[in-house]
Amino acid sequence: MEIAIAFCIGLLSACGLFLILRGRTYPVVLGLTLLTYAVNLFLFASGQLVKGQPPILGSGSSYTDPLPQALVLTAIVIGFAMTAFVVILAIRARADLGNDHVDGKSKPKDITKEVEQ
Amino acid sequence: MNIAWIIVLPLLGVIAPLLANPTRRNQVAWITAVLPFAALLITLYHAPAILAGEVVQQTWYWIPQIGLTLSFRMDGLALLFTLLILGIGLLIILYARYYLSSKDPMGRFYSYLILFMAAMLGIVNSGNLLQMWAFWELTSISSFLLIGFWSSTGKARKGARMALTITGAGGLALLAGILLIGKVVGSLELEAVLNSGRLLVEHQWYPVILALVLIGAFTKSAQFPFHFWLPHAMSAPTPVSAYLHSATMVKAGIFLLARMFPVLSGHDAWFVTVSLVGLATLLLGAYTALFKHDLKGLLAYSTISHLGLITLLLGMGTELAAVAALFHIVNHAVFKASLFMGVGIIDHETGTRDMRQINGLFKYMPHTAVLCIVAALSMAGVPLLNGFLSKEMFFAETLEQSAIGALSWLIPLLATIAGALSVAYSLRFIHDVFFNGEPKGLKKTPHEPPRYMRIPVEVLVALCILVGIFPALLVGDLLKSAGVAVLGGTLPYIPLYIWHGFNLPLLMSALALAGGIGIYARRKVLFQFQSHFKEVDANERFDAWLYQVITFIRRIEALIDKRSLQYYLAWLSVALLILLAAPLLNLSLVGDNVVITPLTAEVWAGTALIAIAALATVVNNRRRLFAALLISIVGLGVSLAFARFSAPDLALTQISVEVITTILLLLALFFLPQTTPKESKPGRLLRDIGLAGIFGGIMATLTYAMLTRPIETISDYFLANSKTGGGGTNVVNVILVDFRGFDTFGEITVLGIAALGIYKLTAGMRLFLPATNEDGLPWSRDKYPLILKQVSQSILPLALLISAYIFLRGHNLPGGGFIAGLITAIAIVQQYIGHGNDWIQKRFYANYVGFIAAGLSIALLTGLGSWLWQKPFLTSWFDYFTWPVFGKFELASAMLFDLGVYLTVVGAAMLILAKLGQLTVVEPYSEKED
Repeated sequence: MEIAIAFCIGLLSACGLFLILRGRTYPVVLGLTLLTYAVNLFLFASGQLVKGQPPILGSGSSYTDPLPQALVLTAIVIGFAMTAFVVILAIRARADLGNDHVDGKSKPKDITKEVEQ
Repeated sequence: MNIAWIIVLPLLGVIAPLLANPTRRNQVAWITAVLPFAALLITLYHAPAILAGEVVQQTWYWIPQIGLTLSFRMDGLALLFTLLILGIGLLIILYARYYLSSKDPMGRFYSYLILFMAAMLGIVNSGNLLQMWAFWELTSISSFLLIGFWSSTGKARKGARMALTITGAGGLALLAGILLIGKVVGSLELEAVLNSGRLLVEHQWYPVILALVLIGAFTKSAQFPFHFWLPHAMSAPTPVSAYLHSATMVKAGIFLLARMFPVLSGHDAWFVTVSLVGLATLLLGAYTALFKHDLKGLLAYSTISHLGLITLLLGMGTELAAVAALFHIVNHAVFKASLFMGVGIIDHETGTRDMRQINGLFKYMPHTAVLCIVAALSMAGVPLLNGFLSKEMFFAETLEQSAIGALSWLIPLLATIAGALSVAYSLRFIHDVFFNGEPKGLKKTPHEPPRYMRIPVEVLVALCILVGIFPALLVGDLLKSAGVAVLGGTLPYIPLYIWHGFNLPLLMSALALAGGIGIYARRKVLFQFQSHFKEVDANERFDAWLYQVITFIRRIEALIDKRSLQYYLAWLSVALLILLAAPLLNLSLVGDNVVITPLTAEVWAGTALIAIAALATVVNNRRRLFAALLISIVGLGVSLAFARFSAPDLALTQISVEVITTILLLLALFFLPQTTPKESKPGRLLRDIGLAGIFGGIMATLTYAMLTRPIETISDYFLANSKTGGGGTNVVNVILVDFRGFDTFGEITVLGIAALGIYKLTAGMRLFLPATNEDGLPWSRDKYPLILKQVSQSILPLALLISAYIFLRGHNLPGGGFIAGLITAIAIVQQYIGHGNDWIQKRFYANYVGFIAAGLSIALLTGLGSWLWQKPFLTSWFDYFTWPVFGKFELASAMLFDLGVYLTVVGAAMLILAKLGQLTVVEPYSEKED
């Protein structure tokens, strides 16, 4: 099972980084979201992954580590706030600059054609 | 009384003048003076002990491991400066009340002035070098504000900028020097540094440390070749010049030299550098002062020259010279501050400071004239005045000099010449201004200033005379205790007498006096000689130099900064990869004694779900709507993982956030292009795939290595105390609202700030709303679907009920403020989706900013509430009650805190979504991109 978790986190990180390096705001937002998933899962996994031992006292005989859960819970909410901020920033940037490139300027020449040739 | 109050009271006093009624100028001045006066009383309370040789200390440890403490220390040297700063400061407050016109914002002026005073007190009373440096920089900043007070004039702005650049750069050098001293001594505490003996002098870094500290001191005290900023700082209001540029700030550099004297002075490099720089400054200042037509210019160069004199004394290194330096610090502060104030009065009454216009004022303002003449005679070093005494000591010390070997006879000679020059410019000041015919071309007839404006000058001039006649009585003890602080235990006998008999120093004084009169009598020749030299405008030179520096830095910046986020991020990732990979090289992949959990079918399925959805998101990222749907599947997978691995709270949170994020992305797509153009070149794609692949590999390795190692947890404490100490069985929630409540408070604050940032970003946004999508299809203007309307409306009470339930049970079962807040937000958003913004606004006026404010206030007040019971911030309380019908139930202060969390989350989420949603209602326009 460990290998599956490691694989998931690795893949999510890779996808996240790849999208963050793209040139338009929207893929960067998606990339940040994927990275958030990866980081949250990683933090969560640091408390060991066990089945059926929720940290609710009285629900069983032993409990999983509650601390990473508390950390991740606030991280999820703050992650949302940050995603929202970037989204609005992207919208504002497009409104003010007329394009949605992360550098704030469309490339002078159209690279699309070069690629398709 | 704690000596920290001496600094803290004036610091608090920074706001005092702003609280007063600005139209009642006396009130403003009084309120300003109260706290510094209290600080003066505290100083006087401590003075007897310090004069007796005690050192008063107060230290609070912050991070003692790395030498960070808040530490105050007052010895004789600090006492001397503190009395100067507070005493003259109070006189300046009185003086400024009459100097400033009714058009000047007086509260602001006083506020800056007190800020400067507090910073200056901080420098002299700091027991930690780093702390002293922080106050040092604060004086630079506050003096910038004061010099530039009349910011509407270009001169003031330029002068302020120049002073800040020079003293700020010197401050940086000083910081480097202090850090090196800390490295060598092993501590930044002043006590430890002063007790380090010859450690610094014998260390191989001594030349570097000395150079850095001296640059700091010389820039601050306007020593050659950094002296040029001081005359330009004269564009400040005159009370500022009187305070900063004669009595206090320029003495900060001298203070530093005196402070470091015990540990840095025992070396030839110190003697040669400090005394030669001092000598050069002394001569240059005295000579230039003679030719200034501007009264303040004359005083500025005279100040430079006297600062040079003090520096020279400190550079001589003999014990008596150091005491003479301290004595001259006091004397110069007293006569120069009174002269500046006198000049301010003249400026005020005549409207000019040009000595070619101002003549014969004795007739018009005899009282002021007498005061100025006495102070100027003290500056010239005429007997029976305080300036004479320290100048005599100075002459006597120059005769003892042997720093430059066989050429040492030059020093007394040059000192006498400087003395003659100083007599000459003092004479010019007296004769030109108060006698020498009638005033020329004045706009108004000068007369005596208001009664109270003269009082500060009278006090200081009285001091000039009293100290000049009874030196031992008035300043003897102060000088002794300051001398002990500078020199260490032993103190030579200080000859504080007016009459030393006929000796060489007296002859030098007489020569200087006669020479000065001679120079002044033949001044026409000298002026003519000087007119052959082109006057250098320091401002122009400085601007040109600044321009070169900026151009140079821009060129470097252009090399490394491509103004491209993609470029930054790529380099950031490379750096990250190196940082992450390096430690992995020395790590085995699998830890010891681990049991690998077998893969079960549902984990397989979950992994496949997440992996396929994530890859599909990447592959389809250019089809934006589709990608938004795909990424929500990843989120679903992640929440399932949380649910599977014993984290019901996380699963609930994640799934609620997923819903809100998806709505957010859909709304965002309305304002953004629907597709991403193909623009990455194959090379770029390959690079990014490579970077991403390596990163993913590293993260996977890291996770695997972590999961296959046994963990040590600190959570046993939380599990054991959650019920008994926090009163809840849901440990995650108890950690959030109780054990780590302070962290949560910080987090909801961040949430609130992010929401407010978004609010601000959307305000005044020039919308980009094409009427069609990119394929030319017009946006649908359909009415809100009836079924959605009805269903969402009838679901609302139910959803709110659920969220209330989730909230209430949160302390004991999965739930709590965060999750309940998200659910409420979703329920409200659903109404917006089903009915539209207008419909909602007609029925329900919600101030979401108010929600955030209320939430944060409730959380904060809950935390503060525990202070009422003398408990630390956010200590929780709970108890069980029994009510008929309801039965037994629990009340906990943590629930109130959780209510704050709930309100903040609802407010933030709604502020974000509602704001964005409202924008979509604006009528789109039909042009394409502009």
